[in-house]
Amino acid sequence: MDPTRIPLIETVNLRKLFKLNGGAHLHAVDGINMKIYSGETIGVVGESGCGKSTLGRTILRLIEPTSGQILYNGTDITKFKSNKMRELRKDLQIIFQDPYASIDPRKSVVEVIAEYMFIHNVYPTTAATYNRAAELMDLVGLARRCANSYPHELDGGRRQRIGIARALSLNPKFIVCDEPVSALDVSIQAQILNLLMDLAEELDLTYMFVTHDLSVVKHISNKIMVMYLGKCVEMASSDELFKNPLHPYTKALISAIPEPDISKRDEEFVLIKGEISSPINVKPGCRFVARCDYASANCTGCDIELKEVSTGHFVACILCN
Amino acid sequence: MNSDTILEIKNLRVIYQTDLETVEAINGIDLKISKGKTLGLVGETGAGKTTTALSIMRLLPERVGKVLSGEINFAGHELLNLSPLEMRKVRGDKIAMVFQDPMTSLNPVMTVGEQIAEAIILHNPDLRAEEVEKRVENSLSMVGIMPSRKNEYSHQFSGGMKQRVVIAMAIVCEPELLIADEPTTALDVTIQAQVLMMIRELRDRLGTSMLMITHDLGIVAKICDEVAVMYAGEIIESGTVFDIFTSKRRHPYTQGLFDSIPSLDARTARLKPIQGLMPDPSDLPKGCYFSPRCKHCMEICTKQHPERVTEGTHTLLCHLYSSLSTEQKPKEED
Repeated sequence: MDPTRIPLIETVNLRKLFKLNGGAHLHAVDGINMKIYSGETIGVVGESGCGKSTLGRTILRLIEPTSGQILYNGTDITKFKSNKMRELRKDLQIIFQDPYASIDPRKSVVEVIAEYMFIHNVYPTTAATYNRAAELMDLVGLARRCANSYPHELDGGRRQRIGIARALSLNPKFIVCDEPVSALDVSIQAQILNLLMDLAEELDLTYMFVTHDLSVVKHISNKIMVMYLGKCVEMASSDELFKNPLHPYTKALISAIPEPDISKRDEEFVLIKGEISSPINVKPGCRFVARCDYASANCTGCDIELKEVSTGHFVACILCN
Repeated sequence: MNSDTILEIKNLRVIYQTDLETVEAINGIDLKISKGKTLGLVGETGAGKTTTALSIMRLLPERVGKVLSGEINFAGHELLNLSPLEMRKVRGDKIAMVFQDPMTSLNPVMTVGEQIAEAIILHNPDLRAEEVEKRVENSLSMVGIMPSRKNEYSHQFSGGMKQRVVIAMAIVCEPELLIADEPTTALDVTIQAQVLMMIRELRDRLGTSMLMITHDLGIVAKICDEVAVMYAGEIIESGTVFDIFTSKRRHPYTQGLFDSIPSLDARTARLKPIQGLMPDPSDLPKGCYFSPRCKHCMEICTKQHPERVTEGTHTLLCHLYSSLSTEQKPKEED
């Protein structure tokens, strides 16, 4: 890739610590450096509590970062004032996880979709705005007869389509998809994944796809970042990551997926012991050390840096240094 | 009923009736679980999987949920004819259930030890207190929790640990049949792997028969011996796990489920989802219930409800295969 190309989104040592009672800090996002180029889909995977959703929201400044920088097209937006940020929000959008909770139950479908356009005064007349909302409904495969329905009348798949139409209404360039399919049944999940991929191609969108489901992330992303307790432990192209996972956590994560393949029935999972440890007042060192079979004294004490082991494949593990 | 069958359901029909509408939740299903085997009940939201489990447990919501017809035969007893008191003796002792969401199925103001002891005391009223404690500790260590944690409350446990507590409660009376309703859906994938392996090990050690309700075909491939696929309150395909995974003849719905899952091995450009949505169970389509979404829909499918076709252990409910073995209709068993 052209080294002079400016990434669409870049984070530099991005951190978000939540202050707790008694002066303790919860390390939700702890020094993330990532570059997202235009047209790419980057998947962020990890278990609940690893900070993946916080990362997505911090990049959009829906949560203010504690330190670090967020660059959009090379411009530092971390300190943008709210009026400037509001202008930028047209380009940066988000699709939320829970289609039941992220839509105002008292607005009809077309009102939900039109809301952002009214806020930003995109069209001079109300009629033009509703026209555009109807076009967006076509785009995401919602029948126009649903326009005046209320969200509770629709099923989860259709509701998620409303969320997608709303995110697209301002012609964004970058969309954070925060677990957009995890609340849906598999047949509906496949419909929504296809829709998102078609839209990316048609509208030249860049996604950051946050999910806990590895098979989904492999399907949709070009590049994958694996997070554990606020840190990136491994980052690679999605083919490389699944072919050649290097971090013990990534290996365990991939092996833990029950595959719908009868020939693998007797294959044992590579089980990792214990559960994700507390993200409060984390000590320096590898975050995974308590659950890792290969842990040694070298893993603690100072943070393990991400190292590029082969082109585009980064791992934070002393085994790979 | 064979002596090696633990549970047999025949032509079960269940509706949910309100003043406004009648929801046909289960429309004549037949199921059989052999002793020591695990049956996977697969399907999407609203297919009737949980209703099936609740019918077996006789826990359908009162007044609204009604069993219209059918038999549920468990180890020689007709469960539907038992009095509430008799059913209470079966529930938790002979048949136990693990619910989907461990966060809401534990009592927050009782210690987990007390909750596990509840079932033991109810079914063994004469047992001495020390003996009860011993069995509580024993079942906790079986699910991989330190017995010393029995005096803790559910909020002190993480999600995976809570689900282990719920499983400990279910197995403490060593039930003959364990019904697990999506036991790992609320858990992270590494924790899911731990819990699944534990369930498999316990099942093999105790020889428990199991009804595993899930929407995840990966779990079916790992855990189940037999599979029944449900759609709109019917079992549209059933057989051994090998029948479902390897047979060339599949119900179009089952095929659609497989095609909807992104593969980890192959790189596919597009998924091939099933078009449309599950039909409204208060207004089911004519003929085959899957016909409005089916790629292979023929004229007959919209008019006539398909008959069951059986090939060895593999049963399909689809017009596509009805010409195959008209003479091999499923034999009626006594």
